[in-house]
Amino acid sequence: MSSKSVHDLDRVVIRFAGDSGDGMQLTGDRFTSDTATLGNDLSTLPNFPAEIRAPQGTLPGVSSFQLHFADHDVLTPGDAPDVLVAMNPAALKANVGDLRRGGIIIANADDFTTRNLAKVGYALNPLTDGSLESYHVHAVPLTATTVEALAEFTGLTRKAKERAKNMFALGLLSWMYNRPTAATQDFLKAKFAKAPEILAANLKALAAGVNYGETTEDFASSYAVGPAPMPAGTYRNITGNTALALGLVAAAHRSGLPLVLGSYPITPASDILHTLSGLKRYGVTTMQAEDEIAGIGMALGASFGGALGVTTTSGPGLALKSETIGLAVSLELPLVIVDVQRGGPSTGLPTKTEQADLLQAMFGRNGESPAAVIAPQTPNDCFAAAVEAVEMATAYRTPVLVLTDGYLANGSEPWLVPAVEDLPRIEPNFATEPNGVDKAGEPAFLPYLRDPDTLARPWAVPGTPGLEHRIGGIEKADVTGEISYEPANHDTMVRLRQAKVDGIAVPDVEVDDPSGAARVLVLGWGSTYGPIAAAVRRVRRAGYAVARTHLRHLNPFPANLGAVLGAYDRVIVPEMNLGQLALLLRARYLVDVRSHTAVRGLPFTTAELAEVLTAAVEELG
Amino acid sequence: MTTTAVNRTSAPTPVALTKKDFTSDQEVRWCPGCGDYVILATVQGFLPELGIARENVVFVSGIGCSSRFPYYVQTYGMHSIHGRAPAIATGLVTANPDLTVFVATGDGDALSIGGNHLIHAMRRNVNLTILLFNNQIYGLTKGQYSPTSRLGQVTKSSPYGSVDTPFNPISLALGAEATFVARAMESDRAELTAILKAAATHRGTALIEIYQNCPIFNDGAFDAIKDRSQQQARLVRLRADEPVRVGVEDSRQVLVRRPDGSLEFVAEAEADPAAYVIHDPYAADASQAFALSRLDSAEMTHVPMGIFRQVSRPAYDDVVRAQVDGAVESAGGAASDADLAELLRGRDTWTVG
Ligand code: SF4
Repeated sequence: MSSKSVHDLDRVVIRFAGDSGDGMQLTGDRFTSDTATLGNDLSTLPNFPAEIRAPQGTLPGVSSFQLHFADHDVLTPGDAPDVLVAMNPAALKANVGDLRRGGIIIANADDFTTRNLAKVGYALNPLTDGSLESYHVHAVPLTATTVEALAEFTGLTRKAKERAKNMFALGLLSWMYNRPTAATQDFLKAKFAKAPEILAANLKALAAGVNYGETTEDFASSYAVGPAPMPAGTYRNITGNTALALGLVAAAHRSGLPLVLGSYPITPASDILHTLSGLKRYGVTTMQAEDEIAGIGMALGASFGGALGVTTTSGPGLALKSETIGLAVSLELPLVIVDVQRGGPSTGLPTKTEQADLLQAMFGRNGESPAAVIAPQTPNDCFAAAVEAVEMATAYRTPVLVLTDGYLANGSEPWLVPAVEDLPRIEPNFATEPNGVDKAGEPAFLPYLRDPDTLARPWAVPGTPGLEHRIGGIEKADVTGEISYEPANHDTMVRLRQAKVDGIAVPDVEVDDPSGAARVLVLGWGSTYGPIAAAVRRVRRAGYAVARTHLRHLNPFPANLGAVLGAYDRVIVPEMNLGQLALLLRARYLVDVRSHTAVRGLPFTTAELAEVLTAAVEELG
Repeated sequence: MTTTAVNRTSAPTPVALTKKDFTSDQEVRWCPGCGDYVILATVQGFLPELGIARENVVFVSGIGCSSRFPYYVQTYGMHSIHGRAPAIATGLVTANPDLTVFVATGDGDALSIGGNHLIHAMRRNVNLTILLFNNQIYGLTKGQYSPTSRLGQVTKSSPYGSVDTPFNPISLALGAEATFVARAMESDRAELTAILKAAATHRGTALIEIYQNCPIFNDGAFDAIKDRSQQQARLVRLRADEPVRVGVEDSRQVLVRRPDGSLEFVAEAEADPAAYVIHDPYAADASQAFALSRLDSAEMTHVPMGIFRQVSRPAYDDVVRAQVDGAVESAGGAASDADLAELLRGRDTWTVG
């Protein structure tokens, strides 16, 4: 054990930053895993460069990974890091502004060469010129020390040895925050099973990093963050994209329907395609389509054929899928459309987060074309949202859009793994026999004869004898489904489709207002859950009363939403768009909600929202 | 055995069906004299011969006059959206291996707005029979030029003549790696039936281009090859393993390969039999089939008809299902609750409490 002193902390925010080739995402991931196993609550935020390979050592090439862990529940990845690991001058320059004053900088001194400094416009070396005086700077020769520690590996080139410097950095941080490294060692063993020398070098670098912290005088003490109280159970750390993929698989399993994904690669949704394509063992079929339109077409075709059709995409891809979503609305078949929102319009900011597809999801189709919309709130909530989307799509024979975003997709947090038997059973209820009679009085299948409760139509799968029927995008006659251009019938059908979606059963919103004295309500949707909850906690601690509620169902809205909005003097709606939910709420409930918006490609900070809420309370006096 | 069912060759149903069984009660609404009627009657007449239960047959279409087709056939059907039928049908047949799936499409639907889906269905070799009704015009939208309209063709949207070079659908299909490519005339029911039969038993994508007259907006587009007096000299009926011939008796010509590799029709009497082009739809190399497709011209001097290519290559949906079935099988069967629980837990868990 360490001979140095150990200080207890209740929370720490660390940001690993380096060139995109420095392996910062992996380092952050590993540190997260090791932290999770210690029982801390945590939240992560990776930040990728938009360019695949920006020039080395430049600002656009900086990749970072932020982790917030604590001995209490964590709601966001944290506003300002306490610790910045900067592998080069670009990483320092791009991130130091976010670091809290008095924070720790661990910089790879070897990379602060005149040339690298000049690349990002540093005239002098910031590690030595005094400009970082308000921080605690550890200038560690990470590269040289790693190479030296690996001297015995004569079979490896210097370049290969240098590449292990991220493991050295991880070892050092693990020492600093008293993290075990066993899980990382196992991870490396699996990853480099076929390259024993590289494996040995990485393990050695990891251990050398730990030893460096232990023996170097530069690091006087280490820190401990105790476990957070969490409900009993088995936990894993999970990203939103993985949770979503697993939710789809679990729902398919509980429904007995084979999962068929039609998808086209697009950032940041592709990881769902990657994950699902590896799960064939669970009966999952994935088809990488020729384009976004074909992706959803394949999914809809699969649904027609009696499978659970799913398509995954991101902003511009959703635009391309619009027409087929309209067809699904008309065919009234189950279909799940996952949109991992990113900065728009057009190509926008592919690797950054935004919530600006809400109105597209609601209305971005021709004609009256209602579809259900669900928005998960946290990375692990993507699992539950996926299950719910499948349930809803199946029960109501309707397309359901799931709106996640880049922040949820790549962010991670601990997840209490649910028991399979606690997941809902989903009944496809396929039609198996005629449900009416034709004009001649013979038994017949009426494809648009609806369930009186849900207004869902029967799902008759091709291959079922006696139920042969034709469906299509042309307006259909009520009940029989035959082509109909009758004015009154069209009016009926438009209203029926709307009534069906309006009638989807969704739970009421719950209001969190512990004092019961709040006059200000803050209402968010989707991924703003964490930042809003953290801000509310902070504002309450300062003595202000603020009520909070969060919308998970955007279409239909919960039945009590209007009453909730009407019960407060001021409703604040923070969104990462220019006020799309606010527009819907004003139109629907005639309540003058106040928008707070930002579209910086990053989640809201707690500080920013706390300020907005404080001002709102103070304004009411 | 895996669950990969053999859809195209499944055993005949016990009850013999007739054309009437495949005729829906919907009123057929094409214009009087439209070539689509003959195609519909031919397909309805041919379907009982397939020996497949009605419920296992699906017609998927896009948008256009020809895409009304599914409504008139008493099977399962989907009238989808413009150009997307091949993609939707790909999902359908991959998800449901018991089905025999036809795509009914037109030159605008398949080659213009849906061109991407068409070529990808063919290169993947999905188990689909694609009936491409080519009338060289947009009918439903009332007479604009299509991707197969002649250069210079005057239409509602090209009053000065179309400036677009047309696609040759056969060349396109061959270039897109299609494994079964054929052309038929709507008026030649016997030939169309024979091709339909060969196509429907083919595993993989079968593309059949069907010349179809639109009497309203492009009447007589195929008169040169329909007209009995001219037909003989223009129609090149492709027969497997036979020389490629056109014309009758004294005027009979045969296709020969010139020393520079080009193909040319010459009088049979003067031709060197060693230079004859022998039609081989089963050849692995598609270049001769492609060369035959290039005999087409706007003047319809020579128009090849029949099966250009008929080769075997694993079908996409079969391979997709085989991968899934293989993974399920080697894992010991369909996933149980315990298997799902293991997936949800992942590899890195910890326990609280
Ligand atoms: S417009 Fe032409 S193709 Fe369409 S139905 Fe009429 S005749 Fe047939």
